[in-house]
Amino acid sequence: MSRPLDTFPRLLLDHAAHRGSRPAMREKDLGIWQTYSWTAVAEEVQALALGLAALGFRRGEHLAIIGDNRPRLYWAMAAAQSLGGIPVPLYQDAVAEEMVFVLADADVRFAVVEDQEQVDKLLELRARLPALEFIVYDDPRGLRNYPRELLRPYEDVQTRGRAFAQEHPGYFAEQVAAGRSSDVAIMLYTSGTTGHPKGVMLTHDNLIRTGRGGNEREKLTADEEVLAYLPMAWVGDNLFSYTQGAIAGFCMSCPESSDTVLTDMREIGPTYFFAPPRVYENLLTQVSIRMEDAGRVKRWLYARFMEVARRVGTQLLDHQPVGPWDRFLYALGNVVMYAPLRNVLGLSRIRVAYTAGEAIGPDLFRFYRSLGVNLKQLYGSTETSVFVCIQPDGEVKPDTVGTPAKDVEIRISEQGEVLVRSPGVFHSYYKNPEATREAKTAEGWFHTGDAGYFDADGHLKIIDRARDVGRLQDGTLFAPKYLENKLKFFPWIKEAVAFGDGRPYATACLNIDLQAVGNWAERRGLAYAGYTDLAGRDEVYALLSGCVDAVNRDLSQDAKLRGSQLHRFLILHKELDADDGELTRTRKVRRRFIAERYAALIDALYSGVDRVPVEAQVKFEDGRLGTLRADVQIRQARVWNTVPALQAA
Amino acid sequence: MGHPRQKVGEVLLEVSGVSLSFGGVKALHQVSFQARERELCAIIGPNGAGKSSLLNIVNGVYQPSAGTISFAGVQRKSMSPREAALGGIARTFQNIALFKGMSVLDNIMTGRDAKMHSSLLAQALYWGPAQREEMEHRCHVEKLIDFLQIEHVRKTPVGRLPYGLQKRVELARALAAEPRLLLLDEPMAGMNVEEKQDMCRFILDVNDEFGTTILLIEHDMAVVMDLADRVVVLDYGRKIADGTPEEVRRNPEVIAAYLGVPTEADREAVAEGAG
Repeated sequence: MSRPLDTFPRLLLDHAAHRGSRPAMREKDLGIWQTYSWTAVAEEVQALALGLAALGFRRGEHLAIIGDNRPRLYWAMAAAQSLGGIPVPLYQDAVAEEMVFVLADADVRFAVVEDQEQVDKLLELRARLPALEFIVYDDPRGLRNYPRELLRPYEDVQTRGRAFAQEHPGYFAEQVAAGRSSDVAIMLYTSGTTGHPKGVMLTHDNLIRTGRGGNEREKLTADEEVLAYLPMAWVGDNLFSYTQGAIAGFCMSCPESSDTVLTDMREIGPTYFFAPPRVYENLLTQVSIRMEDAGRVKRWLYARFMEVARRVGTQLLDHQPVGPWDRFLYALGNVVMYAPLRNVLGLSRIRVAYTAGEAIGPDLFRFYRSLGVNLKQLYGSTETSVFVCIQPDGEVKPDTVGTPAKDVEIRISEQGEVLVRSPGVFHSYYKNPEATREAKTAEGWFHTGDAGYFDADGHLKIIDRARDVGRLQDGTLFAPKYLENKLKFFPWIKEAVAFGDGRPYATACLNIDLQAVGNWAERRGLAYAGYTDLAGRDEVYALLSGCVDAVNRDLSQDAKLRGSQLHRFLILHKELDADDGELTRTRKVRRRFIAERYAALIDALYSGVDRVPVEAQVKFEDGRLGTLRADVQIRQARVWNTVPALQAA
Repeated sequence: MGHPRQKVGEVLLEVSGVSLSFGGVKALHQVSFQARERELCAIIGPNGAGKSSLLNIVNGVYQPSAGTISFAGVQRKSMSPREAALGGIARTFQNIALFKGMSVLDNIMTGRDAKMHSSLLAQALYWGPAQREEMEHRCHVEKLIDFLQIEHVRKTPVGRLPYGLQKRVELARALAAEPRLLLLDEPMAGMNVEEKQDMCRFILDVNDEFGTTILLIEHDMAVVMDLADRVVVLDYGRKIADGTPEEVRRNPEVIAAYLGVPTEADREAVAEGAG
């Protein structure tokens, strides 16, 4: 009688039946955490699903979902899945223009959105989205006088759904029973570093089998706490919060707003947590800045105990032998410093913390581990339902991404590209068989596009995107991402873009970190007007010269990469910005786009000039265009020929 | 996006023949105008035209030397600011007037003061009805915090907030009194474009959601023309125009006095102002 729990709606109903009163979701509303039990969630989902069905939502149809992490939007996801439909979450901070492609490509008739901001965007695009019929909105604020024809309040749809349930008892159960595990459960658009975004179709099977593997590996139970704060359109949020929660039955909490995440995190105390490296970096920057302003005693304590933590913290976390005196010092440090610090960061109860997306600096990585936070890297992508490799407990090496996850097979192609075959490998790209064929072989191997290799312990090491790895004119290996990451590990450098493929030597364009460098400048009494002004200062150039020299010295240690030391660099006059198309929404640099846009600057890096006038188009947050003029300086960097003695990096 | 706002209602505030002088300086001379229920009315004019004085008369800080004011059907010649507050008039100030050392939440709670009914002793003991009352007030304040999107600074002392946010907190405190008439004295002064846009959105939302009548002083003409249903123009203490933004924009006297008529003297003034 009982069906296998192989689709999301069946998992939901199972939890509602067996552990109905346990919390499924929390949301902070009017300053108080409101809890929804599994029973309540199942009821809400059913009401919304039937409301959508009453409006004519069909099996296999797409449901666009746009907004911050709100329980009601997650219910919309579950509602679509219950009807055999496919939720398509979009990045909520995307401008209307960026949404139009996805909405049109997915033939969206129904959209569930958070508020007026999103409604405005959809109405703006209406002429170009003839298929759009219904916009269901959660927050009615400001929408009172909007035209009624497309708009439906969330509650009204649910009310209609409850009436529908009276007229058609059993309809919901039938729809859930009709779902198959091979149905597409969600469609997520990849941010697309080139060309249009592609809709990645993941089946219930893809997600649930991958999520189960993850839960087993980290021994996640129904008692975990997670904070769902990353964009719903990103596969990680879907897997770590929605999928793994639906399997294990743990509760996910939604922050009050995107600005309150840190406070909310302290209040919730997540046990299972994911954040991209930049979040950990911001946290550390805040700690460092506050420590610099702290009193002398506190600064001394911090320096003293961080030294202890650096020496033995990671070993203790990995259960390696540590002397009794150090053990005592660490225990003392834990009382006076590490535990309070973990508490301030909201990491007190962490059992497993993940990071991925880009390389994390070894110092940053060690900082958290030495404090006793079990931070681990993983490797994966939207097309693989995230998990490909995870660092196993006790074997965490900062420069690798760990060993393959459950049921994942990995092969390195002759060109050095990483190929993956697993239960999580996606079904196909939506309406794009050509791209599917390119990315996925008939045998089910997915081309990750990353270059990497296994080390002696069987851990995967990723160096760069396979297509970005190039050669200098003399044939030296040039891995731009590798250089950029080394640069970005300095707190002063926010973004870096390296050039060198087919060129005589390697160069880089840098972005300073306005917060860190601004603070540095303030402490030196250096007045500045804004980013452009600060970035052009000689003092700042001197500061960054030091960073570039250190990277070069580091590279000179590596026989393979010695030739790709940076000969010249410049500091860009503006911050690279996703709104200007220079970064993806997940803040990865669009190298080719930048190379085109700043062609004049890059040419200058390879000529004798040391000062270039520039003019750039910038898009302000309100969508207007403006022009920025500045002079950009170019500096020579020190290149190391011999192998000098080197202190630990 | 154009706002098809609901029809404005009865006259809520009527100022008739009001004059005010400080010693020999006539700040206001025979000023009359009306603000109707749910109307968003802007008062504009050059510096020293008497705009802030007019607001100060409406909420009882100054007493007019001549003329009367009627609010919600009650005519009067003078009253105290506290009477005005109890009567349903709230305001924000040109120079922010918040308790800098207190948290955002506490600052907004002070706006509920006029609505507190339990005695000081009962409040101090936090007992029974006083506790219930406090919770109701807190709930109301939380709704405003949500409305104005300042959740992330709820517990932050106001003095540590950037200027734009302080302005928003001040608006929240004024709204906490659930006013029928809200007086805003240059709510957007000193803000950048983005903060101004946010503030405009909030003012429209307040007007729309709570049906509050708003009397607004503002220098930014683009803002005024976008927001206001009606514009009253003052110059040297006299009212020189009163009408819809369109009408006011076309009024030759306003163009001469405020927006600048192409006389030699004006051109110089404009050049000076720009420099």
